[in-house]
Amino acid sequence: MTRTREWLYAWLLLLPAATLLALFTHYPAIANLWHSFLSTPKANRPAKFIGLDNYRALVDDPVFWQALTNNLWYALGTIPLSIALALLMALWVNQRLPGRGFLRLAYFTPTVLPMIAVANIWLFFYTPGYGLFDQIAGALGFGHHNWLGSQSTALPALMIVTIWKEAGFFMIFYLAALQSMSPHLAEAAAIEGASRRYFFWRVTFPLLMPTTLFVLVNAVINAFRLVDHIVVMTRGGPDNATALLLYYIFEIGFRFWDSSYAAALTMVLLVLLGAVALFQFFFLERRTHYQ
Amino acid sequence: MNGYAVRPLSRSLETFGAWVLGIVWVLPLVYAFWTAFHPPAYSTDFSLTAPLTVANFVKAWQAAPFARYFVNTVILVTMVLAAQLVLVTLAAYAFARFRFPGRDVAFALVLVQLMVMPDVLIVENYRTMTELGIKDTILSIGLPYMASAFGIFLLRQTFKTVPRELDEAARVEGCSPLQTLWKVYVPLAKPTYIAYALVSISYHWNNFLWPLIITNSVESRPVTVGLQVFSATDQGIDWSIICAATLMTTGPLLVAFLLFQRQFVQSFIRAGIR
Repeated sequence: MTRTREWLYAWLLLLPAATLLALFTHYPAIANLWHSFLSTPKANRPAKFIGLDNYRALVDDPVFWQALTNNLWYALGTIPLSIALALLMALWVNQRLPGRGFLRLAYFTPTVLPMIAVANIWLFFYTPGYGLFDQIAGALGFGHHNWLGSQSTALPALMIVTIWKEAGFFMIFYLAALQSMSPHLAEAAAIEGASRRYFFWRVTFPLLMPTTLFVLVNAVINAFRLVDHIVVMTRGGPDNATALLLYYIFEIGFRFWDSSYAAALTMVLLVLLGAVALFQFFFLERRTHYQ
Repeated sequence: MNGYAVRPLSRSLETFGAWVLGIVWVLPLVYAFWTAFHPPAYSTDFSLTAPLTVANFVKAWQAAPFARYFVNTVILVTMVLAAQLVLVTLAAYAFARFRFPGRDVAFALVLVQLMVMPDVLIVENYRTMTELGIKDTILSIGLPYMASAFGIFLLRQTFKTVPRELDEAARVEGCSPLQTLWKVYVPLAKPTYIAYALVSISYHWNNFLWPLIITNSVESRPVTVGLQVFSATDQGIDWSIICAATLMTTGPLLVAFLLFQRQFVQSFIRAGIR
């Protein structure tokens, strides 16, 4: 093939995917920025340029700040715990435990279920007076508690659901990494007299670092991307105690139909995800390939 | 840590811990199963003599158009996967085996979608669908996901491992680039295709927020949205029926998972570690 024909061929191969990507990823990201500088069109009032007004409103919006803070707490509360649990699960089911097959299945099953179905089941779990949580609490002599209905416990209750759903997913990546690790390392360490704990912290854990960073990036993205359970379980309540950023965007955009303000909120989310991308690019790609 | 002779005490402690965690992990599911298969009076009364019943499933099935929702989800998942396989294959081939100006920039622009997912661009994509006049259709649910950056990335990596000699041999035999793709690359990438297909199917079977926004009628709603509409409005709080509906909507996926457990897990790993 001549050079020009090869160029043409390649671009023709790319064309269908490039068109859809441009239409539903690049264009909306740019259009979103533009629309965040406009006012929301109403029946008798077309959209007009209002500069940074949407962003000024955002800075003054206590619900936005609460959603952002909630989201950070949510990320902080779910990510380290689900990663730690995932690692623990992987270490356990990597050895010869009785019932290992069942345990792997038990840990992993929540991953394949839709978040919405999971949320329905947990909603039942948390039902005051009737659900399993209160039944156990009742049996132990504690009174009833409205887990999802009170400000202090609603967000932690949702975090538990997320941890339950995600730990098994992250476990399989650790399991794959553990299985590709040479058994000679442990044998050598055992002969040298290193304790198991020492071996874990000095050998296994550092060798798992690429996996940990990979899982970490995924967990951070999910913490900002997945709000299905909020729609089912709390609708952001009570009193915005469980509003996460994307859920707030959803409410502003599709319950109050204020699309310009929703666009400004989306920009915040895009900046956050962009920061994750930069972290991944500079940290993950460079630091982790020493195996 | 195979090299270690674990002390019996710590071994039993670990077994105990692993089992406690395992039981906690299946408990919500077991609870949902119990409630769905027993009359409402027994939904929180765990006596072993409680009578089993499938009445809850029958009631749920009759109370909402779940058959239609299932058809919609199957159409959606099939349509998205078919489009993805074609688009992703062509694009990955271009990135893996062609030299052309702007390749690196184009690839970087593709990777943008790994972070800026359609899940986040709901406001603008809703506007686009309105302008295209296809709001509230199954096509509009699937369209933003069809050009998948993740798929392009995954398949490009696989195509790059195909030996150049095979490619050249096919060309010598007189194959055009598209024939080479079809006869050499696609067959060799079969495990990647299976992995990608399983991940894609479970993603789109489970997807919720975007379908909730863009659909508004029985004719286009997938099961996840149908389940939400059903449990939020049609029922009071009859947990037996809601649990039955929940299990019903996840049933096909759960059964498929239990049957093809190993493939599922392998696929998720293959798709994750790149």
